[in-house]
Amino acid sequence: MSAHQLCIEQLDVSYGKRRIIEQLSLTGVCHGEVTALLGPNGSGKSTLLKAIAGLTPARGQVLLDGADLLTASYASRAERVVYLPQSLPASVHLRVFESLLVARRASGNTSRQQDIDEARALLERLGIAHLAMSFLDQLSGGQKQLVGLAQALIRKPVLLLLDEPLSALDLNYQYHVMDVIGQETRERNMVTLIVLHDINISLRQTDRVLMLKGGQLIAHGAPDQVIDPASLARVYGVRGRVERCSQGSAQVMIDGLV
Amino acid sequence: MNAPSEATVIMDDYQRVLRRRVLLLGLFLAAIIASLVLDFTLGPSGLTLPDLWQTLLHKASVNPGQQVIVWSIRLPQALMAVLVGAALGLAGAEMQTILNNPLASPFTLGVSHAAAFGAALAIVLNLGIPGVPDEWLVAINAFIFALIATLLLDLLARWRKADTSVVVLFGIALGFTFGALVSLIQFVATEDSLQALVFWTLGSLARASWLKVGLLALAVACALPMALRRAWQLTALRLGEDRAASFGIDVKRLRLGTLLRVSVLSALAVAFVGTIGFIGLVGPHIARLLFGEDHRFYLPGSALAGALILSLASVASKNIIPGVLIPVGIVTSLVGIPFFLSIVLRRNGGH
Repeated sequence: MSAHQLCIEQLDVSYGKRRIIEQLSLTGVCHGEVTALLGPNGSGKSTLLKAIAGLTPARGQVLLDGADLLTASYASRAERVVYLPQSLPASVHLRVFESLLVARRASGNTSRQQDIDEARALLERLGIAHLAMSFLDQLSGGQKQLVGLAQALIRKPVLLLLDEPLSALDLNYQYHVMDVIGQETRERNMVTLIVLHDINISLRQTDRVLMLKGGQLIAHGAPDQVIDPASLARVYGVRGRVERCSQGSAQVMIDGLV
Repeated sequence: MNAPSEATVIMDDYQRVLRRRVLLLGLFLAAIIASLVLDFTLGPSGLTLPDLWQTLLHKASVNPGQQVIVWSIRLPQALMAVLVGAALGLAGAEMQTILNNPLASPFTLGVSHAAAFGAALAIVLNLGIPGVPDEWLVAINAFIFALIATLLLDLLARWRKADTSVVVLFGIALGFTFGALVSLIQFVATEDSLQALVFWTLGSLARASWLKVGLLALAVACALPMALRRAWQLTALRLGEDRAASFGIDVKRLRLGTLLRVSVLSALAVAFVGTIGFIGLVGPHIARLLFGEDHRFYLPGSALAGALILSLASVASKNIIPGVLIPVGIVTSLVGIPFFLSIVLRRNGGH
């Protein structure tokens, strides 16, 4: 095991007296991999992401390439970590293109022309260049999520934390966005942690799966090893099986509640 | 693929948007200057334009009465309208951003009511800081209480880690509390002091003086560049607190610094001219519609919109009833609110 990865040691997060995450430890989340966080509502997925991002007070250690993120300053953490919340505020009268420039310039002075070029390239890559001059408060939910993803990517993070980036996207865009996330993760050699609800997407489009329940890590490993009838029953309380379809790709079938 | 051409289109569009905003700022500035000149030339004394220019350019050559009208009344009042409008517009815009609420303004969050309470203490009970000369007693009292109100908002936002909506609710509660205290003082006031107090709360530019104009000009001249230095951070805050924090912004520090700046601006403005409720609310709304929320343009846009509105209101206040100068606070509300509603409703209709 090298220091070149994301490790979590004995992480505790509580809101007031309520413990959300207890003694969570984790190693082996690597660069260039998309890791899915799975688990039922309230299992601590979002809280875990926020704690890693330093937005929620937590005890323990979160080591990115050997350096502790929890004790890092705002500025130094922001250079390496980007956290993307589930949604944008409702009415922000700001143009899409400007919102990318803001994401880039909020915490640092970068070259202006370079910002503009990168913002342009990123919008094209995500297939939303035609929205560049639209206002955020005129976009659909799915378009907002794509713009949010662009805001995160333009900061060139080492660690990318995405909280349900697919929740408002249609089927086509879900796969499109996962493709982009996978590509960017490999090309930029990022560590990408992503909260997902769709088990089939995590089975096919991610390199690694973490299953959480009640603030504890239940399973961790390659998707086809972790996602099986036993873990589906334990984490989600459903009867499920993994089938290979005629094209060869694996598919989770749900037969009902346990 | 037509990607390169699409990229140049984005560039051209963005440059056009920026040019249009700069042009709009210029237009606002021109309109303010025009309104300032108009405000300066109008008044109950019936002085003609040549008289006015003569007094401005060759002060010694005209009679003392005319000198006083031009140099001690007209000019400081006209400038005061612009400066108070700019201060309230800027303060309102910053408040709305850091509290994430389009209803936030010095008036709605109780700052004006606190100032009125300070003024009431001075006018009715003659209470104030010992050693302050009488003509400054009211203004300084109002300033102190306006500052206290904003600092209370600061404290709440900072130490209770309160949600921004809680801060807004607290501000509204603060407004009602100080309003009730003012009523209490009114209840025990003598007839004369009651009249003085009521007139104070109406908001009037008649209290302008060169020293006040200078102080307020200094405050605006310091606050605007400071705000513009934070323009990107404030814009990022509009994308949500978590997102801004994840972009490396120390949100609490940004919020505190901004609130302090806002408290000085609004406290000075309210202390010098009394309660003028509407500017801090509508200036930001107009700026948001015309410039969007890129704070490099939104903040100066809101300041300029506020300045223009109050200057125009000052012009109107001299003309609604000829020969009678209506307190400008009444005019801003009467003229401004229908205008404001028409903007808001038209915008909603467009969606």
